[in-house]
Amino acid sequence: MDSWLANCIARVSEAADTGGQLAIRGGSSKRFYAGPEQGEPLELAAWQGIVAYEPTELVVTARAGTALSELSATLAAQGQWLAFEPPHFGPTATVGGMLAAGLSGPRRQAVGAVRDFVLGVKLLNGLGEVLCFGGQVMKNVAGYDVARLMAGSLGTLGVLLEVSLKVLPLPVAEKSLRFAIDEATALQQLNQWGGRPLPISGSAWQDGILTLRLSGAAAAVAAAQRTLAGEPVDDAEAVAFWWSLREQTLPFFAGEAPLWRLSLPSLAPPQALGSTLVEWGGAQRWLRGGDARTIRAAAAKAGGHATLFRADDGLKAAAGVFQPLPQPLARIHHRLKHAFDPHRVFNPGRLYPDL
Amino acid sequence: MSMDNTIADLRFAVDRPALIKRLRAVLPASALLAEDEEMRPYDCDGLTAYRQLPLLVTLPENEAQTQAILRICHELHAPVVPRGAATGLSGGATPHPDGVLVSLARLRNIIRVDPLSRTAVVQPGVRNLAVSEAAAPYGLYYAPDPSSQIACTIGGNVAENSGGVHCLKYGLTVNNVLRVRGLTIAGEIVEFGNAALDAPGYDLLALINGSEGLLAIITEVTVRLTPKPELAQVVIASFDDVRRAGDAVAGIIAAGIIPAGLEMMDRKAVQAVEPYVQAGYDMDAEAILLCESDGTAEEVAEEVGRMTAVLEKSGASAFCVSRSEAERLKFWAGRKAAFPAVGRMTPDYLCMDGTIPRKHLAKMLEAIAALSGKYALRCANVFHAGDGNLHPLIMYDANQPGELERAMAFGAEILELSVRLGGTITGEHGVGIEKIMLMAEQFSIAEISTFHRLKAAFDEHGLLNPGKGVPTLARCREYTLARAGTAPVASSSPRS
Ligand SMILES: Cc1cc2nc3c(=O)[nH]c(=O)nc-3n(C[C@H](O)[C@H](O)[C@H](O)COP(=O)(O)OP(=O)(O)OC[C@H]3O[C@@H](n4cnc5c(N)ncnc54)[C@H](O)[C@@H]3O)c2cc1C
Repeated sequence: MDSWLANCIARVSEAADTGGQLAIRGGSSKRFYAGPEQGEPLELAAWQGIVAYEPTELVVTARAGTALSELSATLAAQGQWLAFEPPHFGPTATVGGMLAAGLSGPRRQAVGAVRDFVLGVKLLNGLGEVLCFGGQVMKNVAGYDVARLMAGSLGTLGVLLEVSLKVLPLPVAEKSLRFAIDEATALQQLNQWGGRPLPISGSAWQDGILTLRLSGAAAAVAAAQRTLAGEPVDDAEAVAFWWSLREQTLPFFAGEAPLWRLSLPSLAPPQALGSTLVEWGGAQRWLRGGDARTIRAAAAKAGGHATLFRADDGLKAAAGVFQPLPQPLARIHHRLKHAFDPHRVFNPGRLYPDL
Repeated sequence: MSMDNTIADLRFAVDRPALIKRLRAVLPASALLAEDEEMRPYDCDGLTAYRQLPLLVTLPENEAQTQAILRICHELHAPVVPRGAATGLSGGATPHPDGVLVSLARLRNIIRVDPLSRTAVVQPGVRNLAVSEAAAPYGLYYAPDPSSQIACTIGGNVAENSGGVHCLKYGLTVNNVLRVRGLTIAGEIVEFGNAALDAPGYDLLALINGSEGLLAIITEVTVRLTPKPELAQVVIASFDDVRRAGDAVAGIIAAGIIPAGLEMMDRKAVQAVEPYVQAGYDMDAEAILLCESDGTAEEVAEEVGRMTAVLEKSGASAFCVSRSEAERLKFWAGRKAAFPAVGRMTPDYLCMDGTIPRKHLAKMLEAIAALSGKYALRCANVFHAGDGNLHPLIMYDANQPGELERAMAFGAEILELSVRLGGTITGEHGVGIEKIMLMAEQFSIAEISTFHRLKAAFDEHGLLNPGKGVPTLARCREYTLARAGTAPVASSSPRS
């Protein structure tokens, strides 16, 4: 066995035996996200490389420490990509961190999230066992879908070692359009468009401006552009805009005010909780500042939930990062944690304080 | 496939009279069946080779009655087996001799179709096709379309994570379900997912999809509806060589095309279907491919052009493009009727469900042909080619001594090869009791143990659908020992 892996297993086993804790680190690009790191760092960056990639299978398998930028470049060379447009949040982002954080970009509403593209994982559980779930094929219902369960589990169930992902061809054509409309009109409009066969691949409303992206076959994009009218955006400017939105480098995301992420039914009315950026056809709304309790209550009332996405540790500890779970689900979470990591070695407190 | 029934591995001492008394108190008379003759229609699902009478059958009319049944069963330690329309092909809904079969077929209300948010909220007993029918007036439909869609239920679809002929482009059930409401075995109400696109915490919604009735009973599902494309057209290409057809599949993907559907049928399947459905298939072909394009008229025209170019280059001997919606549906009707059509040619058949990397399609087909000779049984092949998901239909006659066993051994060899080629024993039909022993081919003891612990997180005492999906560790050891003594073990498996 590879010496890095042998060493990793030894560290996990030792931690399990001695009550130790490990903080799993990919590229630390998403360290700001979720609960604080606790425990001895376990660095994955050395465990890297693309294990298998055959473009005609639409599947790529990479070690968890592989840089997301390297993976993207390899796929792009074959005219393919990760269609859910994962945010990197820095050049060091890794494939494992992407899956563990479970975050998806502007295209989420159109194509699905990270979890929709995970086909298989190899992981190291809290007993030091190397386990494989799912596989390298498109369809697989043998056993429970543990691979998808890893999306967003924030390293609390095991060390991701290898990830297999479904990839797709890059869109042939892309065009962005702008519309000057208020939030309520934008929400209504986005939902109406969503019910029509239009190639919408991204939407962002802020400060009275709705930016819409169309992607697909050239003919389809051109036809949709004619139907929707709207002010065409310069192509280079559009690419920069969608990138900055994904990477949260737009002016909206600047400054120290806490950043909230509200995941709501797309039809939920404007929340009037403060400065807002709407994405995903209305299903994702970013909010700057505001009172935690009010925000959580509003999100729940609208049928969704709120995450304290960026904030200082003090506020995170006081407000909690993720919406609290109802009792039966909280219990299932604890038992699942126990099924994978009975000695609570991995990333304690990263997802929920007591998990 | 297991030669003997693993359900009987786990027996429960249930006080039947006490159970009947308690259930009578909470259910209308029509919702409880206790006589053998009344229970007989429930003795199997689509895997008809296994039949078993349950201890009792219940037919609750709503969630509250279902909850009451579960509470009583939980208290009296009686196993529970959920059942939808029983079209499942792996024995997931086969009754347990000591257990209560809970049919969800009467929970069949479409609670709400919301065209603006493109969602529908339905009860678990609603048929798959009924959802699309209810959404049709709004120009919407429910994308996953298993060939059994006129009969199978949404609850069963979620429990199996069912696919269809369009899932390469539109996803499986798991990709089209936003929220599942259900009951734990203890009768607690749980909600996985919500009306938004994600929920806090672990993705339990992903776990429920494909959980084969082992984790919770589904009582309500919110599905995502998809706008109907302006136009869809299907190209049928004939090949005089199966290998070429397999290569054409890879060629289409290599050209950067994701067809709305990409299906393959071999000569035996075509010859079974054509006389039955008159779909217009080429009876002389060794294999045919159905390749669908959808989108705007311009888009479809362009894509169909690219598809036919690839198919031609791959050596297709003839083509035909659907000229109307009616003709397109006729072309698909043939594919969707493949199982019953083969069923007309043989007293019994087993449907396999392995998935392999697409590049091995031709190799797999050759292996199946050789196995067909070895076991002296006919086999027709229908594939979700775009996904590499194979449905070899092994024909046999259960009344001929030894044929069922031969059919099972044939099937097991196909699935073992699927695993060796880097694939899986089941792409969409589930493990159930049919493939439970083969789980030991695909998973290590540590992985199987993880599945058991995962189940215990939802169902501590193992009362929900026992003996299905995941083999006991004793069975795994038995399988490994038996394999070590006979056929070559999967040494070339890519797993480490
Ligand atoms: C002719 C034919 C064609 C088919 N084609 C396809 C196909 O193209 N793609 C495909 O994926 N499958 C296909 N199938 C298989 C089958 O139709 C699917 O697995 C279907 O989803 C089963 O639905 P059902 O309602 O019949 O469920 P059942 O067979 O009744 O049950 C299936 C499983 O789900 C569980 N279950 C059912 N309802 C619930 C509930 N409410 N809560 C919890 N668990 C529940 C059962 O315990 C069982 O384990 C086909 C079957 C046939 C006979």
